[in-house]
Amino acid sequence: MLPALLTMVGLAAAAGVAAALAARRSERDRSRLVDEIDALLPQTQCGRCTFTGCRPYATALANGEADINQCPPGGHATAAALAKLLGREPRPVDPRFGNVPTQPLVAVIDEGACIGCVKCIQACPVDAIVGASKFMHTVIAAQCTGCELCIPPCPVDCIVMRPVPAAELRPGPYSVVRETTHALEM
Amino acid sequence: MARTSGVRGGLRLDAHKQRSTAHPLRTASPPEHLVLPLDQHAGAAAVPIVAPGDRVLLGQPIAEPGGTISAWLHSPVSGTVTTIAPRPSPRHHGAPALSIVIANDARDERHAPAALPSFEHLSAGQLREHLERGGIVGLGGAVFPMSVKLDAAAARSEPQVLLNGVECEPYISCDDMLMRERAQDVVLGASILLHALGAKTCIIAVEDGMPEAARALSSAVDRRHDERIQIATVPRVYPAGGQRQVITTVFGVEVPYDALPTEIGILCQNVATAAAVARWVRDGQPLTSRIVTVTGDGVQHPANLEARLGTPVSSLIADCGGYTERMTRLIMGGSMMGVALPHDELPVIKATNCVIAASALDLQPRAAELPCIRCGNCSEVCPAILLPQQLHWYVRGRDLEALETYGLMDCIECGCCDYVCPSQIPLAERFREMKPVLLRARIGRATAGAARSAVEARTDRIARLEAEQRAALARKRQAVRDKQS
Repeated sequence: MLPALLTMVGLAAAAGVAAALAARRSERDRSRLVDEIDALLPQTQCGRCTFTGCRPYATALANGEADINQCPPGGHATAAALAKLLGREPRPVDPRFGNVPTQPLVAVIDEGACIGCVKCIQACPVDAIVGASKFMHTVIAAQCTGCELCIPPCPVDCIVMRPVPAAELRPGPYSVVRETTHALEM
Repeated sequence: MARTSGVRGGLRLDAHKQRSTAHPLRTASPPEHLVLPLDQHAGAAAVPIVAPGDRVLLGQPIAEPGGTISAWLHSPVSGTVTTIAPRPSPRHHGAPALSIVIANDARDERHAPAALPSFEHLSAGQLREHLERGGIVGLGGAVFPMSVKLDAAAARSEPQVLLNGVECEPYISCDDMLMRERAQDVVLGASILLHALGAKTCIIAVEDGMPEAARALSSAVDRRHDERIQIATVPRVYPAGGQRQVITTVFGVEVPYDALPTEIGILCQNVATAAAVARWVRDGQPLTSRIVTVTGDGVQHPANLEARLGTPVSSLIADCGGYTERMTRLIMGGSMMGVALPHDELPVIKATNCVIAASALDLQPRAAELPCIRCGNCSEVCPAILLPQQLHWYVRGRDLEALETYGLMDCIECGCCDYVCPSQIPLAERFREMKPVLLRARIGRATAGAARSAVEARTDRIARLEAEQRAALARKRQAVRDKQS
């Protein structure tokens, strides 16, 4: 009687430990999955997917609470990559979440009209607007992701989205560009 | 003379160089107006330091570097700056680029020269600083600012200097002529570069099809009594003169695909760049002129001309007796990698090594493109050890990930694959078009990374500020409660 009881208790304890370990491991797997999804997202932080940013959307995707076609800035390439990673059916971006932009845009502040209210600075998710209360604000174009979140809070409507000039297509760090300087030298 | 091993892949092509090397080097006639594009070197465009109406002297700096990878620009004549405005540029297939236009007064009044006849007394660092102000860029065609490479190589332990005189591309003969006629400049340049780096060895690589140049160089080395300088001959294969190819041939090492030659301690410069260094240090003459090969069946008297930067191509053609009636197309560069020029009113820039006035005899007619039959000829000739047939497939499918994996960015655009393709597929052209797309994707990833860290920093900051505010509030509440009790 007693050995049987001990065996049962022992087995139950072992199963409990195994379940706890598995839970912890799946936790770790999930956070790795979130990282992998986040790496595919364009990091615009625009919130058009209805989540507050790219990482929250990645978390929701990992938890199965969102669909792969909710990211307009990423376009169809991102939707396809997400479908591939998550093993889901590929689908084009749902237009309900917004149109896929045809070219990269950046916010530009009409500095003559700016009243220095700092509302856009608070709205910018990537700290790409500089300025202070009652002083003119301006956008650091190289850091602007084109999320358009600064546009609604502006009380004087002095922010517009403009295409990035072709010549200034963000030069990026030297380590990225230098590989193009392999040109044949004779 | 050291013998070296062969180059991987490549082609044996007809050199077409005798036409332009039959006569000695001549000076091109100076034009009335010179057009100097500000972005004629690799990297950031130079920033003008003169204004329209200013009088400038020969050799006077007219634009300063616009970034860390950039170069000075000097006036090639004395005269007046007429305007600073966009002008058609040969680097952009004739599209306009901001340029300084100078009216030549034909007096050639010189700016106070900054010659340094005894460079040996300077420290390596001081000499490098002096070299930076000469506006010297790689004259082989890549026009990469020389000082940027020099500084990168100087940061390595035991750097070596390699002077590239392997002018493997058909038609171009400007380096051959330079080595024949100005071998002492090349060798002096080698000594200066060795001193600026504190290096112990310099190898001058020449093609085995250039006996006159090799002879001139070895007698110049003997006269200079510099044992650090050696001459190596490289078999005549196209593209043995590519920077990575020549390093592999001479040193027997391969430059890693994701590294630059300076990162393995090799400073590779064109022989013309070394000669420009010598002129700047010895004579105080900055880079304001270069040797240009004018050749092809479409020009009367092919020749090598020393032309001032900003000289229109039409003036070079006139110096060579004008066009023949067979002339059909103008090409800047060699027959393999050159680009077609839309017209001849484009200026000579630091990158202009050759102008081909091509006739039907020079041009190979291209038939209609046929499907790839996967014969594999292209991968046999590829000097960069790539699989062009596979890249072609991925370019068609715009599979950026696969293009990255299969090393599209390592393509040197030599055009060998194109040349051997039995289906006449313009492979190199396709690869050249696809590279910026891939680069944009890379930059996109880099900016996404920057945005991600910006968001994380902002989230942390907001959380910290909120916590601080809550703590301050709690302290105040506690203080009020303490007072009441």
